[in-house]
Amino acid sequence: MAVISLTTPITEAQIRTLKVGDTVEITGRLYTGRDAVHHRLHHGEKPPVDLAGHIIYHCGPVMVKDRDKWLCKGAGPTTSSREEPYQWEVMRDHGIRGVIGKGGMGPKTLEGCVKYGCVYLHAIGGAAQVAAQKITRVDGVDWMDLGSPEAIWHLWVEKFPCIVTMDSHGNSLHKQVFEASAAALEKLKA
Amino acid sequence: MSTATTTALQASLIELIRVTSTVLPRDVVTAVAAGKKQETAGTNAAYALDVIDCNIGLAKTTSQPLCQDTGSILVYVHTPVGYDQITFEETFIEAVKEATVKGYLRQNSVDSITGKNSGNNIGPGAPDFHFHQWREDHVEVKLMLKGGGCENVGATYTLPNAKFGGRDLKGVENAILDCVLQAQGQGCGPGILGVGIGGDRVSGMACAKEQLLRTLDDTNDDPVLSELEQRIINKANQSGIGPMGFGGKTTLMGCKIGKRNRVPASFFVSISYMCWAFRRQGITLAADGNTTKWLY
Ligand code: SF4
Repeated sequence: MAVISLTTPITEAQIRTLKVGDTVEITGRLYTGRDAVHHRLHHGEKPPVDLAGHIIYHCGPVMVKDRDKWLCKGAGPTTSSREEPYQWEVMRDHGIRGVIGKGGMGPKTLEGCVKYGCVYLHAIGGAAQVAAQKITRVDGVDWMDLGSPEAIWHLWVEKFPCIVTMDSHGNSLHKQVFEASAAALEKLKA
Repeated sequence: MSTATTTALQASLIELIRVTSTVLPRDVVTAVAAGKKQETAGTNAAYALDVIDCNIGLAKTTSQPLCQDTGSILVYVHTPVGYDQITFEETFIEAVKEATVKGYLRQNSVDSITGKNSGNNIGPGAPDFHFHQWREDHVEVKLMLKGGGCENVGATYTLPNAKFGGRDLKGVENAILDCVLQAQGQGCGPGILGVGIGGDRVSGMACAKEQLLRTLDDTNDDPVLSELEQRIINKANQSGIGPMGFGGKTTLMGCKIGKRNRVPASFFVSISYMCWAFRRQGITLAADGNTTKWLY
C-alpha cells in the first residue's frame, strides 16, 4: 500500500488528487477545533490564525504544562458528526483543505469538499498514544477561554496517519461501506 | 475497617484503575492479533489494526491511557456477608480522585443540566457501583471503563418489529445485526457486543453490560445462546464493515449474550457496544486490603 505524504499547508491541486481509500501521512501544522470553535466561527468570529491551506483536527487533546512548555499526553480523534451543520461553512470562508476526525460526516460536508476542494481524513479512533507520539511539538494555543479540550491548539505533527474517507470528487467511503454492508446483511437475514 | 486496611485497599484500587486504563486484557489483545492475521496486507483494515496494535504497546510501556476517553467507570463488586460496603465505596471514590490527578483517568464526569465538569470523576451515578454478596470469603472487584463513542451506538430493540421479526431467536438475531449495521465504525470497531435478551429496560441493559465481564474466549453455558453468539459473529464479519468502518473482515471480535425473564407484555433486546479499547480488569482482595490475584 502506497502511503501518500502530505505537508501542510496544502494546495487545492494536491487535495484534488486524493481519492477515497488513500492512506496518507501528514507532516506540518495542525489546528485542533471541535464544537465550541465551530460554533464561534459560525457566529462570524474571526479565527485567531490563518486557516488557509490548513487542516482542522477534531480533537480535545490531553495537555499538561511542564514549566512553560505544553506537552501532549493523548490526542485521538473525537466524533466528527457533531460539526456537520458548520463544517462546509468553514471550508467556504476560511479555505481549509482538510478535516481530521472519526466516524465520517454527512452530505453537507461532502458537498463542501467537492465545491471548495477539501477532504475528510479519518484518524484511527481510540489510538490516543500513537497520535500523541506523532505530535512532536505544541507550538501554541488560542481561545483558551473555551477550556483546554475546546481550545485551538497549534500542533506540529510528523507522519500523522489517516485514511481519506471522503474526497473532493463526491465519494464517501462511509456511504459505500454502509450500502454494501446493508446489502450483505440483508442477504444473511435470519 | 482499620486505617491500615483502607490505606492498603486504596492503593490496590488505584493500581486496578491504572492497569485497566493503560493495559488491555490478554483475551482482547489475542483477538486484535487474530483480526490482524485475518485482514489482507495493504488494506485500510490491516492498517487500522496495525495502528491499534501499536497503540496497545505504547500505552502499556508509557503507562498512559489507551484512549483519551477514559469512559464511565463501571464497578462490579462481590463481597462476603457482613463486609463493609460503605467504606469500600468511600475508598474507591478516593482512589478515583487520585487516579484522575495522576492522569490515569481524564476528567470525565459532567452535570447533565449545567454542563459543569466535576473535575474529579465523581458525581451522581459516577462511578457506577454494582454490589453483590456471595458465600466466598474474599472480595472480588471487576472494573470496566466504557467510552462514550461506543456507548452512543448501543441500542434497545422491542420485538415484535415489522423489519426484524417476532419474539423468537430470528427476531433477536436480526435486531442485533441491525445494531451492528447502524453502528458501522462509529463505536471504534472492531467491537464486542454484550446482549441482554428480555428483562425490563434497566435489567435488560444491565444484563447486556454484565456479559462484557466474560472473557472473549469463553463458551456460553446455554447451548442455544452459544450458537446465537457464533452466528452473530460470523454474519457480522461477512458484512464487510471492518475495523473503523473502513471495510474488511473484522467487524466483531466477540458477542456475549445473556437472558433475563420478562413480563408477558414486553420483549426487549438490549445491546451494549464495546470498542476495541475494551478496558476491563479485576482483582481479588485479601482481608488486609492487598491484591491477591489479577482476574483477566
Ligand atoms: S469508542 Fe472507545 S476507542 Fe473510541 S474514542 Fe471512545 S473510548 Fe476511545
